[in-house]
Amino acid sequence: MSLIPGRIAALFGGRRWRSLAPLAVLIVLCVLIAIANPNFIEVRNLVRLANSAAVPLTLAMGLTFIILMGSIDLSVEGTLSVSAMVLVLLAVNDGNGNDYGWWAVLAAIVAGTAMGFVSGLVQTMLRIPSFMGTLGMWFIGLGLSVYMLGGSAIKLNDASIRDLALHRFLGLPVAVWVAFGAFLLAAIIQYHTKLGRHILAIGGDEDVAKLSGVNVVRVRITAFALAGFFFGIAGVLAAAQLGQSHAVIGDGRLFAAVTAVVVGGTALTGGEGGVVNTLIGVLIVTVLANGMILLGISPYIQQTVQGLMIIAAVALSLDRVRLRIVK
Amino acid sequence: MSAMLQASNIIKNFPGVHALRDVSIEVRPNEVVGLIGENGAGKSTLMRVLAGGYRPDGGSLTLDGEQLRMRNARDAARHGIGMVFQEQSLVLNLTVAENIYLGAEDRFTRFGLVNWRAMNAAARRQLAKIGIDIDVTARTSELTFAARQMVELAKALTLEEVVDRQLLILLDEPTSVLNASDIEVLFARVRSLKSRASFVFVSHRLDEVLNISDRVYTMKDGAVVAEHRAAQVTAPELHEIMVGRGLQAEYYREARQQPARETVMVEARGLGANGFYHGVDLSIRAGEIVGIAGVVGSGREEVTRTIGGFVQHDAGEMKIAGDAVRFGSPEPAVRKGIGYVPRERRLEGLVMFLSIAENISLADLSSVMRHGAIDYGKERRLAADWIKRLRIKAPGPDAACRKLSGGNQQKVVLARWMTAGSRILVLDHPTRGLDVGAKEEVYELIRDLSAQGVAILLISDTLEETIGLSHRVLVMRDGEITARFDASPGNKPNQVDLLRAMV
Repeated sequence: MSLIPGRIAALFGGRRWRSLAPLAVLIVLCVLIAIANPNFIEVRNLVRLANSAAVPLTLAMGLTFIILMGSIDLSVEGTLSVSAMVLVLLAVNDGNGNDYGWWAVLAAIVAGTAMGFVSGLVQTMLRIPSFMGTLGMWFIGLGLSVYMLGGSAIKLNDASIRDLALHRFLGLPVAVWVAFGAFLLAAIIQYHTKLGRHILAIGGDEDVAKLSGVNVVRVRITAFALAGFFFGIAGVLAAAQLGQSHAVIGDGRLFAAVTAVVVGGTALTGGEGGVVNTLIGVLIVTVLANGMILLGISPYIQQTVQGLMIIAAVALSLDRVRLRIVK
Repeated sequence: MSAMLQASNIIKNFPGVHALRDVSIEVRPNEVVGLIGENGAGKSTLMRVLAGGYRPDGGSLTLDGEQLRMRNARDAARHGIGMVFQEQSLVLNLTVAENIYLGAEDRFTRFGLVNWRAMNAAARRQLAKIGIDIDVTARTSELTFAARQMVELAKALTLEEVVDRQLLILLDEPTSVLNASDIEVLFARVRSLKSRASFVFVSHRLDEVLNISDRVYTMKDGAVVAEHRAAQVTAPELHEIMVGRGLQAEYYREARQQPARETVMVEARGLGANGFYHGVDLSIRAGEIVGIAGVVGSGREEVTRTIGGFVQHDAGEMKIAGDAVRFGSPEPAVRKGIGYVPRERRLEGLVMFLSIAENISLADLSSVMRHGAIDYGKERRLAADWIKRLRIKAPGPDAACRKLSGGNQQKVVLARWMTAGSRILVLDHPTRGLDVGAKEEVYELIRDLSAQGVAILLISDTLEETIGLSHRVLVMRDGEITARFDASPGNKPNQVDLLRAMV
């Protein structure tokens, strides 16, 4: 049935075109920026690029699973700040006398996972839409971490944890390798495990998945915990990169992560896309940001461009012809 | 022969509807049991009870003599009960193999990783077993409907790989969207699988049921009213029992059918919409009810949706009360006095969270406005008036529509269009999901509207209803009108004539 707005949407092409579009955009973007400023392809800049992609990539891995299910996780910044707070307060820092070393890292990731687990419980047990539930978790996390930090920035002084950002392996900071490891893990989960398939099935048609014997509640809770796990790792990386944790450590991360997932081509309605799409999406977002800095574009304009990008991406990625109602 | 599955005195109630009242059936080993009945007779509900989808409010289920308590589809699967659903239950963004083994991946999982190659191979074997050649790595959305049905059957049959007993496969209207040759293929599979499984086959096509079944249960109004050996009964006999009303004419209030008036309200000449229908001529006069019969895909749904403003025509012309129109959306159609009563009341007909009063005034808020603001008193009085006139069973104008029964919801939809002054009503399956009493009230209301000069276009689930209510019946097939029948009282066409033009 063709509705009039549907026809306009249909102008933006078919599925095949859409699935390759993100990669094409990435390549065109790289070429254009390299022509405008050859410094872009200098090794030094590429390393910087990889480094700034590390945290968004790790976050976006977790978020991809949630969006694949057709849900949303807005708690990205809250969970990340909780994880960073836990890390900083348990490792050597200038606020207290703790020195739990790598146990602090483990605790930070566990804290992130627990936050996600609670989000999952809120959605499935209280039957609260993920949009509202995770919006609440965002502020719970943020409030908790700012309170624990006493409202100020606390320095991370554990040298071995700081090495995540400072030490280089094969020319790249360890944090980049960790993020890449997170990507591999996410890819394995999505493409080679039951969980990944069940997430996709729920995003495609939750009722049918249930009828087929998929334990939807368990899958949902696990997916949110998994997302929290990735957010936890991202919190560790962010704290290591900054060398401290403070109230605004998460600022802007949610926008970047959602943009990356959507720009990569994962449908907000669920069921379409995946972590490979998201990898490309993260690169597009990071390359664009890096390119705009190289070209000397005002930061405010940069923000505007990012806003335009997310709308354009949704316009191109979603099969809105089929959507009955846009909310 | 002893029963494999025994359902005794099953009761299932939904708010306002007694879906199953004291139903008992049994399924024996290596048997195909047919289950027939009109829409709303309780067939699908019974199937869902047998498949663990609904928990019965009373009665018991036994399998091979053991008490059966199922909480969900997985429990049913564990007992070897699988179901092929009426609305297909495949996840379209997954591949064929992934669908077949959805929820049963454990067999292919080692160290937490799923071995897709093994799963694909198993799916291929499963399809080969029932003699179907489908690429198991294809996305399900790319398959034809018939192919998907075969995949569903294959999926249900995978239970035999994990359950050590004879399977019971429930087929809920599997043929409703298949063409004749696909149906033959399906039936051939079912016959060859009888040695390994029992089947319950639901359909409303009587000849099919008799063709494939060993025994047939007939359901009516939530109860089993007859049981026959298929060899000992004919389709017309079954039909008689199934409909079970000697006085059909009374049921449809035929005595109240009055001749149409002169004014032509809707007129279409050579109407066409790309890919859906073409060359459709039709006219509806004031006070006339025109029914369109046809199978899914005949184009009748799209014709009604064109008049409602949901599908735009791209050939021919349409006149509403003499003015040429081409609706791009429902809004101009509403302004032209057309009211659309959709089949999905919950999705399209009512805003469920709003009250009766708010729903009634929705299409024409100006009727309850005063000095540019909504007059709540007026709105409530209007609703109270309709509640009385249409005998809507509700606590009052402020009751939320989601709490009403289906029949009362349908009355609210009709009240809305009457408030908006609709002179033309498009009734898209107006009695779907209603029980008999509610249906009769809706029929009464339709007759009232017709007597007041409203022009009505009707499509319905049953031919009987289409014939009974309409002044004239059009039959569509493959996007064209293939026959036109006069249906004035005492001169109603019979179903066989219509069927001949439908398929």
